[in-house]
Amino acid sequence: MGTPLSPLGYPDEMVGPGQTLESVSAKIGDIVLKGQHPKSWWLGFGIAFALLMLFLMSVTWLLYRGVGIWGINIPVAWGFAIINFVWWIGIGHAGTFISAILLLVFQKWRNSINRFTEAMTLFAVACAGMFPLLHLGRPWVFYWIMPYPNTMGLWPQWRSPLVWDLFAVSTYLTVSLLFWYVGLIPDLATLRDRSTQRWQQVLFGIGALGWRGSAVHWQRYKMTYLLLAGLAAPLVLSVHSVVSFDFSVALTPGWHSTIFPPFFVAGAIYSGFAMVLNIIIPVRRIYGLQAFITARTLNNMANVMLVVGLIVTYGYATEAFMGWFSGDQYERYLIYNRAMGPYAWSYWALMLCNVVVPQALWSRRVRMNPVLLFIVALFINVGMWLERFTIVIISLHRDFVPARWGMYSPTFWDYATFAGTLGLFFTLLFLFIRFLPMISMTEVRELVEEGASKPDTGPELPPVFSQLTNRP
Amino acid sequence: MSVLPVNEAPAHAAQEMSLYGLTGMFASGDALLEATQKAYEAGYRQMDAYSPVPVDGLAEAMGRRGTPMPLIVLCGGVTGGFTGWFMQWFSATYDYPFNIGGRPFNSWPMFIPIIFELTVLFAAVSGVLGMLFLNGLPRYHHPIFAAQGIERATVDRFFLCIESADPRWGREETRRFLEHELHATDVVEVRR
Repeated sequence: MGTPLSPLGYPDEMVGPGQTLESVSAKIGDIVLKGQHPKSWWLGFGIAFALLMLFLMSVTWLLYRGVGIWGINIPVAWGFAIINFVWWIGIGHAGTFISAILLLVFQKWRNSINRFTEAMTLFAVACAGMFPLLHLGRPWVFYWIMPYPNTMGLWPQWRSPLVWDLFAVSTYLTVSLLFWYVGLIPDLATLRDRSTQRWQQVLFGIGALGWRGSAVHWQRYKMTYLLLAGLAAPLVLSVHSVVSFDFSVALTPGWHSTIFPPFFVAGAIYSGFAMVLNIIIPVRRIYGLQAFITARTLNNMANVMLVVGLIVTYGYATEAFMGWFSGDQYERYLIYNRAMGPYAWSYWALMLCNVVVPQALWSRRVRMNPVLLFIVALFINVGMWLERFTIVIISLHRDFVPARWGMYSPTFWDYATFAGTLGLFFTLLFLFIRFLPMISMTEVRELVEEGASKPDTGPELPPVFSQLTNRP
Repeated sequence: MSVLPVNEAPAHAAQEMSLYGLTGMFASGDALLEATQKAYEAGYRQMDAYSPVPVDGLAEAMGRRGTPMPLIVLCGGVTGGFTGWFMQWFSATYDYPFNIGGRPFNSWPMFIPIIFELTVLFAAVSGVLGMLFLNGLPRYHHPIFAAQGIERATVDRFFLCIESADPRWGREETRRFLEHELHATDVVEVRR
């Protein structure tokens, strides 16, 4: 491939050669405005929509019969529902990490993928939010966990991590939605001004809120966007920390551990980046967006994935060491049970997916090959799901008293509900690709205006940084 | 269309009053920034620039100092944090004290997560609403949308609009200024 390389041998382009402000807006905007979608869009949408129908069916059956249709029991009261909740919400984290944290540290290669990943965040959080509600048994009274004036005179239990969860997840969803929409406003204005059909002009015009690109507006807009990023950055770290408190505040062996918050956050970013790669690699090929989502973007994402993967690996090592070092017989037994017990297959499959396979990312050839990168990302997604399986199931199925031991086996409805949320996620994603610009035209135009089509023009860094990073 | 070629425009006063301003087009953000600086130096104050990407220093070049956004977000955040703390403290110690495992009613360390989440929530919501409010958005219509070619302001062209409300405004003088001093292309009149 003729990709320009930086002095350290990494791909160097953020935007393909020869792109102009006009060509960026035309290429990305016309996917929405012209509405010519390949057969693979219809195929993918069809499959996703069928799965969404399966989800509706599973939920209907669940509401009719109750949570007994799932494989949960006592002692394993948290089955697939909690595994899937943690998995989905973790996937969402990559979107905020890419759009907020990478913005604050001037990683401009993020400009071409942040819209997509923010959308992914919203849809993943929507899927995640389903599970704790459905797991309640009586989902129609879920609002009892909220503080509101009620005839019972009750307040929520503020010391409970489940109440924290409600606040963390709903704040996260709201702030992600605001961040996403604020980013969309100038792009909707572009679509309004480029569209030739009346209904498009009206709809995008409403969405753009009358945006006209005024310099005074841009000044406030940029500041607000930065402030939102500054707010979203600690927020994203707090959300998975709070999710991890659901586990670590309990005294159950394997859960009661101070490493959980950072371990969960790293795992969330790990699976989220993997999901982003699993989506953008096919999309960039099908829609011919290689000029915007460049080899540099993929390479950098693979690097981030490798680093957080190593942090997660360190987490596994620490868990095993602390299990032994604690001297506590229950903790020691848990570690033994993970590796040698009835669910040992899940533990070793997890090690294969999350620790062994991702080591391939050390190879430049793998990072530069979209197909191989896609496969590695798929392994990581499976691995992160298995991680939550080992945490939830293995810790619960054998706790302190052997008389309370049990086994867990998921039923058809467990799998159907999980597959159903995949359907919900991908249905929303396909509709997003169809009706909204999947790459931020404004931010890619910024790259073009700053001359990113030419060799790298990152921010000026002190010499010591330019040696560490790939900036000449 | 709202654009009047100069030679056909009736030059009486009523027509003059109905003009919103004159826009000049530029090919790049740098050119727009330079033109805006020159216009400000020439004494023009009532003007605005329209661009498809944010141009650093453009609002400042028109004499705009900073924005109150950080202050608005700070106030929102403090309000949210205080709300979160008060809600938990009030309900846990006064309205519904409940002894759980002998913990103190005012167990404030356990209140921190919700205080933090509400701080972020209130700060973000007030930031976005504040930005939209100060920008006067959503807005149904604005005179600038009637300017010929302005639809490219969200795609690939940069515009400077000197408004007729400016004390130095003169229909012909301002046009000459835009064309000859700022070297704008496609100078067009914008009606109200």
